[in-house]
Amino acid sequence: MKWLRWLSLLIVVLIVLVLGWLLFGRSGSEPTPPGTSKVTATTLHDPALIAKGEYLATVGDCAGCHTAQGGARYAGGRSLATPFGDIPVPNITPDRETGLGDWSFENFWQALHAGKGRHGELLYPAFSYTSYTKVGHDDALAIFAFLQSLPPVHQPAKPTLLKFPYSVRKSLVAWRALYFTEGEFQPDPAQSPQWNRGAYLVQGLGHCNECHAARDSLGGTPPDVHLTGGQIPMQNWYAPDLSTRQNGGLQGWREQDIVDLLKTGQSARGVAFGPMAGVVANSTQHMTDDDLRAIATYLGSLPPRALPVAEAQLFNADAIVRSGEKIYAQHCAQCHGKDGNGVAGVYPPLNGNSSVTEPTGINATRMILLGGFAPLTASRPRPYSMPPFAQQLSDVEVSAVASYIRRSWANQASVVRPDDVSKYRHTPID
Amino acid sequence: MRNRRSRLRAVRCLGSLLALSLFGFVAMAADQPSTPAHPAIPDTLQQRIVACTTCHGVHGEGTPGSGYFPRLAGKPAAYLARQMQDFQNGLRKYAPMEYTVRQLSPAYMQEIAEYFATQQVPYSRSPLPPVPATALQRGEQLISKGDPARRIPACASCHGTQFTGVEPSTPGLVGLPYDYISAQLGSWRTHTRATLAPDCMAVVANRLTDSDITAVAAALASRQLPADTHAQAAGSVTPPLPCGVLGATGDTP
Repeated sequence: MKWLRWLSLLIVVLIVLVLGWLLFGRSGSEPTPPGTSKVTATTLHDPALIAKGEYLATVGDCAGCHTAQGGARYAGGRSLATPFGDIPVPNITPDRETGLGDWSFENFWQALHAGKGRHGELLYPAFSYTSYTKVGHDDALAIFAFLQSLPPVHQPAKPTLLKFPYSVRKSLVAWRALYFTEGEFQPDPAQSPQWNRGAYLVQGLGHCNECHAARDSLGGTPPDVHLTGGQIPMQNWYAPDLSTRQNGGLQGWREQDIVDLLKTGQSARGVAFGPMAGVVANSTQHMTDDDLRAIATYLGSLPPRALPVAEAQLFNADAIVRSGEKIYAQHCAQCHGKDGNGVAGVYPPLNGNSSVTEPTGINATRMILLGGFAPLTASRPRPYSMPPFAQQLSDVEVSAVASYIRRSWANQASVVRPDDVSKYRHTPID
Repeated sequence: MRNRRSRLRAVRCLGSLLALSLFGFVAMAADQPSTPAHPAIPDTLQQRIVACTTCHGVHGEGTPGSGYFPRLAGKPAAYLARQMQDFQNGLRKYAPMEYTVRQLSPAYMQEIAEYFATQQVPYSRSPLPPVPATALQRGEQLISKGDPARRIPACASCHGTQFTGVEPSTPGLVGLPYDYISAQLGSWRTHTRATLAPDCMAVVANRLTDSDITAVAAALASRQLPADTHAQAAGSVTPPLPCGVLGATGDTP
C-alpha cells in the first residue's frame, strides 16, 4: 500500500503547484511605488477622507492587534500567538523603513482584499483578510488615508516563529484554496439597506466571524460556517453563537440588547468580558447608533440553528450541582441574585446568559477564576467589578459552582469538570 | 414584613439605577413586570472595586496570611496610580493584575488610588522565615545606611527615615511581608517589575546580592512600626539616584 501513499502525496503536491500557478500567475510581484499610484497625495490628505478612515479603522479595531501593550497605537511590535507558532503583527504607521511609508494604496488594497503583501507574497491569515476582502474600495481608501496620516513610528517587527510546514509561506496556497474566497461584499437586493449595512460591517471590517466561528485543525473556518460560535485558539475563551433565533447563542436577545452591549459593554442579557471587553472599549462603543442598529438587524436575521446534540453525562451531575448551590448562595447570590437575574445595569444575569451556557463552560469557569471589571465605556466610566475567586475556591469548588449556574433556572448546559478548571486556571491571561 | 422591607430596598435601589441609566431601567421593567427580589447594591466606589478588595482588603489592608497581596492603605496616591499604569503597560508583570486593570481609565485609576491612599487601618504583621541574626544585622545596615562601597543607597534615603514613604510617589516599606519585599526586589532584577526610566529601583536591586535581598526583606519585615505611619512630606528627602517616577529624565543606566 506504500505506492498509494506516494500517489496521494504526489496528487497533493500537484494540486498545490497548479493552485500556486493559478494564484501567482495573475498577480504581479513588483510593488506599485507611491509615486506611480493612481491615488494622488491630495486625495490622501483630504481631511474628510482621513476622518472617515479613522472611524472605519476603529470599526475594524485595527489598533486591537496592531498595538503592543504600552506601545504606540498602530505601530505593531508584538506577536500574535497561534497554534502554529508566533506571527509578528506589523507596524502600520507610515514609517518608511518599518511601516507602510513606502506603500501605495494599490499595495494596501492588495493586502486587505487579496491577502498579499507588497511584493505579492501570501500573507498569513492571522491578518483576517478572509473577512477584509469584503471591504469596499472606497472604505479601504479612507482607511489607507487615515493610516498614512498617522505620525510615523519606527518599530521593527518581531521575528516570525512558525513551525514547519507553516513556516513555508507557499503552503498558504493550499490553505487559501480551502478557506479563502476573494471578493467584495455583494449587497442582497431582497434585504433592507440597514440589513445590508449590518451584513457588510459584520462580515467585512468587523471580522466577527474570525472569533465567533470554530476553526478546524488547519486554523481555518469552512466557508459555510458563519457566526455559529467557537473557542478562540490560544486565548481560550468561547465566542458565542451570534444568532438570536431558535437554538442560537443569543436566543431571546432583542435588537436593543445587542446595541446596548456594543455601545456600553452591558445589556439586560449580559456583559462583554475577556477579548470582547477590549473590542467594545476600543471599537464598538465608538460606532454610530445607525451602524449598531444595522449590526443588530443583521444578527437578528441569522437563521435558526439545529438543536445541539445533548451530551451524555459521564458522572453524577446532580451531586456536583447540589454542592455548587451552597457556594453560589455564599459567594454569588449577593450580586447575581438567588434567581440568577443579576441587577440591571450593575451585575449581569446568569440566567439565560449565553456566555454562561455556551457549550464548553470555559467562559463561566474563567470568569469565576479571574473576576474583573465590566468594560469601561463613555457611558459607564466607573464600572462595577467581580472578585476573582482563583485564590479562594479550589478546582472542585469552581467546577461545582460553574456547573450549578450552567444548570439552574432556565439554563441547561453541561457540567464543568474539576480537571477542566485546573486547565483554565493555568491558561495564560492574554 | 421582612419581605416588604427588602422589596422596598429593591425599589429604592432601582430608583438609584434609574439615575444611572434610564434606558437600562426601562428595558428591564419592560422585561420583568413583577419586581424580583434583587439584592440591594450600594452605589459606592467600595462596591465597584470588589475585584481589588478581594485580595487587597476592603480598606487596602492587604492579606497578611498570603504574603503576596500587599497593603495599599495609606500609600501615596500617585504611587498607586502609577503601579496600575505600569501593569497596564506591561512594565510590571503579574497576569491577574494586568488583566484586572487593563481597561481602566486614568481618571478611574486615580479615583481608586485615592481611595486606598486615604484609608487608615491598623497594620498587621506577617510571619517571618527563620533568618540568622547576622543577616538581620546586615539588613539593618543596608536599609538605614546602605553600602557606600558598592554604591548601594540606604532604603531610608528615599523611602523616609521611618520607611513610611514620601509623598507623592514613594511607597512606605514598613509593614510589608517578607515574601512580598523579596519577590519585588527579585522582580526588578528579572525585568518583571519596572517603571518610568530612569528606573532607580532597578539600579538598586541589581546592586544587591541574593543574600542582601534576604537581609533587606527580613530587616524591613521585622521592623517595629513607628508611632506615625504616614508618608513623609513631599520634598523632605533628596534621592541619591535619578528616578523617573520622581521627575528625572533619561535612560536607566
